[in-house]
Amino acid sequence: MAAISREEVAHLARLSRLAVTEEELDTFAGQLDVILQSVAQVGEVTAADIPPTSHSVPLTNVLRDDVVVPGLTPQEALSGAPDVAEQRFRVPRILDEDVAS
Amino acid sequence: MTTTLPAYDEVVARYEPVIGLETHVELGTNTKMFCGCPTDFGGEPNTRVCPVCLGLPGSLPVANKAAIEATIRIGLALNCSIAQWCRFARKNYFYPDMPKDFQISQYDEPLCSDGYLDVEVNGELVRIGIERVHLEEDTGKTLHVGGATGRIHGATESLVDYNRAGIPLVEIVTKPVPGTGALAPEVAKAYVTELRDVLRSLGVSDVRMEEGSLRCDVNTSLNLPGEEWGTRTETKNVNSLRSVERAVRSEILRQASVLDAGGRITQETRHFHEDTGDTTPGRSKETATDYRYFPEPDLVPLAPDTAWVAELKAALPELPRLHRRRLQEQWGLSDLDMQSVLNAGAVELIEATVAAGTTPAAARKWWLGELSRRANETGVELADIGATPAQVAELQGLIDAGKLNDKLARTVLEGVVDGEGSPTEIMTNRGLEVVSDTGALTAAVDEAIAANPAIADKIRSGKVAAAGALVGAVMKATRGQADAKTLRDLILERLGVQG
Repeated sequence: MAAISREEVAHLARLSRLAVTEEELDTFAGQLDVILQSVAQVGEVTAADIPPTSHSVPLTNVLRDDVVVPGLTPQEALSGAPDVAEQRFRVPRILDEDVAS
Repeated sequence: MTTTLPAYDEVVARYEPVIGLETHVELGTNTKMFCGCPTDFGGEPNTRVCPVCLGLPGSLPVANKAAIEATIRIGLALNCSIAQWCRFARKNYFYPDMPKDFQISQYDEPLCSDGYLDVEVNGELVRIGIERVHLEEDTGKTLHVGGATGRIHGATESLVDYNRAGIPLVEIVTKPVPGTGALAPEVAKAYVTELRDVLRSLGVSDVRMEEGSLRCDVNTSLNLPGEEWGTRTETKNVNSLRSVERAVRSEILRQASVLDAGGRITQETRHFHEDTGDTTPGRSKETATDYRYFPEPDLVPLAPDTAWVAELKAALPELPRLHRRRLQEQWGLSDLDMQSVLNAGAVELIEATVAAGTTPAAARKWWLGELSRRANETGVELADIGATPAQVAELQGLIDAGKLNDKLARTVLEGVVDGEGSPTEIMTNRGLEVVSDTGALTAAVDEAIAANPAIADKIRSGKVAAAGALVGAVMKATRGQADAKTLRDLILERLGVQG
């Protein structure tokens, strides 16, 4: 039983805006499956007394004070933009995604 | 759709609505959620940005302590449990309003959860359950251009301003609210109003719906009595308190007409239109949204310790409902009178007027009388009428000092509303001051007595009430600029009669 199906890989590729060919789907599904199987081995040694870890350093509450620091000028901010209009980033229209908030 | 909508009363007699509200509040911190860029409203595009909120490679977010505190305070005010440990999460999606292609949010570990807010509707207390309060970052603003309408449909490109991207945004989600029946629209409005008042009392946001610092999505479903809850729709773009009420009502009617025709409700996002008061479907999605949330690796977990939370709790201000109850007692108002003050949106205005030295009765008289009437006529909120509590207090001060009578004060107040200046300025500029020069008044009184001998005789013979006619005559002669009581006393005095 594969850890990830070809359909799931296709779905992920779509979500990630990756144009993956049918052939590549087969290749990647196979490769991802190997990776997932390997990672799954960690699960075999999971002990009940070890909490899941999302961060490698045991730190909490790293916070900053609410003080303004200078940022970029609009020219600097837009300098890496592929296209600019009216001091804004100019992008192709995108209709098929819902706006998150 | 061409179907005619059924009558509201008839619909809510047959169907039971269930509502739910999701509110987004921009916090009034000085800086953004994860960087030191300023947050003030307006500003030229892309002038409040830095590598962090632009998502440039190598930049790292650091959470704003003031935003965390504000969120915990909101949670405490809404009777929530505060998480002892929680994480931020990445919400992944491709849309240019976030330059990183993800939004830092919270997913299954909200900072605050499981609380409630009590709201009053028609004198009844309704407890609205709070599912969660979490912290995230706001998105940038996209301007859709190239289309004929300026809306997203038909646009050929989008222009993005990231000034708003990264501003701390608190999301407050209610539990589903069943059992409110015909009152569902009012309950929804009362909840958002009360929530706004709570947030304002906490001082965490300027809560201005028209500027988008408070935004509301409304979930609505209908079911037949005894049956399971129906499929819900989510109405977005509800940007005023009145619209919250209208959106629920319109969605109840729309869903009922679909169900009556044997149709099914589609789970979808709908958009509310301020002008028509109805909703239209948003873009439908073939597949369920898949945001692939995962714990944000660039931010360490939050673990608010008990002492910190206790300290924040101890420093909470008096919450609006208790505050209102205290004011009601101080002002000596009945529940009904207090309700009319609330309905007029005059609580804070009267409170501030009283704080400026006016008696509660006088403050209430002006705000619920002249000013409310004027607000209704012109269709503006009482708070935006153009007269401030300080000006109303000044006006009442002029009356108390005998410089204005009630009638003149109304004229002056109109001038204040029309932006002519302060009450004292208007009184002086327009020569509206009460004639208090006794010499001039005495002359006017004597004239009135001479002109009305029959009335004067009546008064002399003991019919003191007849003095009213002479008061009227002198008022006319002085263009209303005399104090009625002073006049009456003076008339009786000149006629040698005891008052």
